Amino acid sequence: MGTRSTLREPPLVKALLMAAAFAYIALMLLLPLWAVMSEAFRAGAKAWAAAVSEPDARAAIKLTLLVAAIAVPLNTIFGVAAAWAISKFQFGGKAVLIAFIELPFSVSPVVSGLVWVLLFGAQGWFGTWLIDRDIQIIFALPGLVLATVFVTFPFVARQLIPLMTAQGRADEEAALTLGASGWQTFWHVTLPNIRFGLLYGVLLCNARAMGEFGAVSVVSGHIRGETNTMPLHVEVLYNEYNFVAAFAVASLLTLLALVTLALKSALEWRYRAALAART
Amino acid sequence: MSIHIEGVSKTFSDYPALNGVSLEIGNGEFVALLGPSGSGKTTLLRIIAGLERPEAGCVRFGNRDVTKSSAASRGIGFVFQHYALFGHMTVADNIAFGLTVMPRRSRPKGGEIKRRVTQLLELVQLPGLGDRYPSQLSGGQRQRVALARALARDPKILLLDEPFGALDAKVRRELRGALRTIHEELGLTSVFVTHDHEEAFTLADRVALLNEGRIEQFAPPEEIEARPESDFVRTFLS
Repeated sequence: MGTRSTLREPPLVKALLMAAAFAYIALMLLLPLWAVMSEAFRAGAKAWAAAVSEPDARAAIKLTLLVAAIAVPLNTIFGVAAAWAISKFQFGGKAVLIAFIELPFSVSPVVSGLVWVLLFGAQGWFGTWLIDRDIQIIFALPGLVLATVFVTFPFVARQLIPLMTAQGRADEEAALTLGASGWQTFWHVTLPNIRFGLLYGVLLCNARAMGEFGAVSVVSGHIRGETNTMPLHVEVLYNEYNFVAAFAVASLLTLLALVTLALKSALEWRYRAALAART
Repeated sequence: MSIHIEGVSKTFSDYPALNGVSLEIGNGEFVALLGPSGSGKTTLLRIIAGLERPEAGCVRFGNRDVTKSSAASRGIGFVFQHYALFGHMTVADNIAFGLTVMPRRSRPKGGEIKRRVTQLLELVQLPGLGDRYPSQLSGGQRQRVALARALARDPKILLLDEPFGALDAKVRRELRGALRTIHEELGLTSVFVTHDHEEAFTLADRVALLNEGRIEQFAPPEEIEARPESDFVRTFLS
């Protein structure tokens, strides 16, 4: 292989590059991780346990789980439907639809929150209509869910579109010629074919839904014990100079990230085996 | 079962894939659709299967007009070039698929499905491989499984899209023989697409030669060789 030898770096360059990469990771990723954990447990395990189990913290954890439990299934259903439509059918405006699905990634989280205030806030387009009917969206659970759905909208769809496009339509067509209905084809053929990619997308979607700060901060109103999610609760505690409690709750979020990372790696490993088996 | 195709047309984004094609295929016939790529042969096969809708014309199976019927309700078997086996199911589950998706009242019982799968595996000469996964089989074996799966619901019509296209020459010859035998044994009406004229001429009772969405000649191989009807046929065969 002629190109191989020209691409082979001298050992010194290789060592330097690797050292730089590891130093960077240690400084930018591992050090903060360690800082969060050591701060969280600085006053001991008891203080940590007290901080994460006091009523406001528990309310924040519950709210975060509730918001994710609504937003993630919604975006999973939407993501599968969008990926299905985009990858299996021909229609005009496909490129525009894909671009729109990616939009939340390029919009500032503040804007992602503000749009809902502009629509449903007291001074918003539908504000008076909602107030007349005593429906609260902003500074309440519906607003938190809307902001979270908007921000985490692309994860599942983005994961599935390339996968389903690569898989093509032959398996579905085979199922149809064998007499399966559209629904049976979806359950018995399409869903098993995408299961790992789907899980992977749901996992990332969930991590972001639980950890989102910016957009949620705009619509929350920061009412302690009522509309504070975990990331917002961390900020409130930190601003009150309650560092141990702030880092204790932050350590839970960090733990979520680590669990996500572990599951993601496990899935990637599993997914590769499944992909290799297909060919 | 006989297949009647009358004046079928289909356009793909302004480019005519089929241009008023008519074809009469008799009960029990083995017909090849032969032509260069882009001639419309695969489109025609997919229209017979119900995987594409024609813009004009009609398709009848015997006396039954199926032009508007879905692929699922046409009672055909279809074999794909790249097998399209379900990778997450065993060979036995793949073959049983057509039976297990039947509505409960008409679906055969579990034991009956098992017997049918065993019988189909013997028919395609893969006895005992029911517990394997498609990824553990060779290309030729996979196409045999695909054939068994397509035959599970006892179709009267078998459609094959370049069934040997992904296989090497030796496997191809073996599989051709097996296919011809099964066709005779089950009294099927079979239509297969190929771009290989030697394959079409050795296997088929009659060959339909397509070019640019039209049928140039539809006749038994000997007749096409003896009396080519157009310049295209002459050049394509030479």
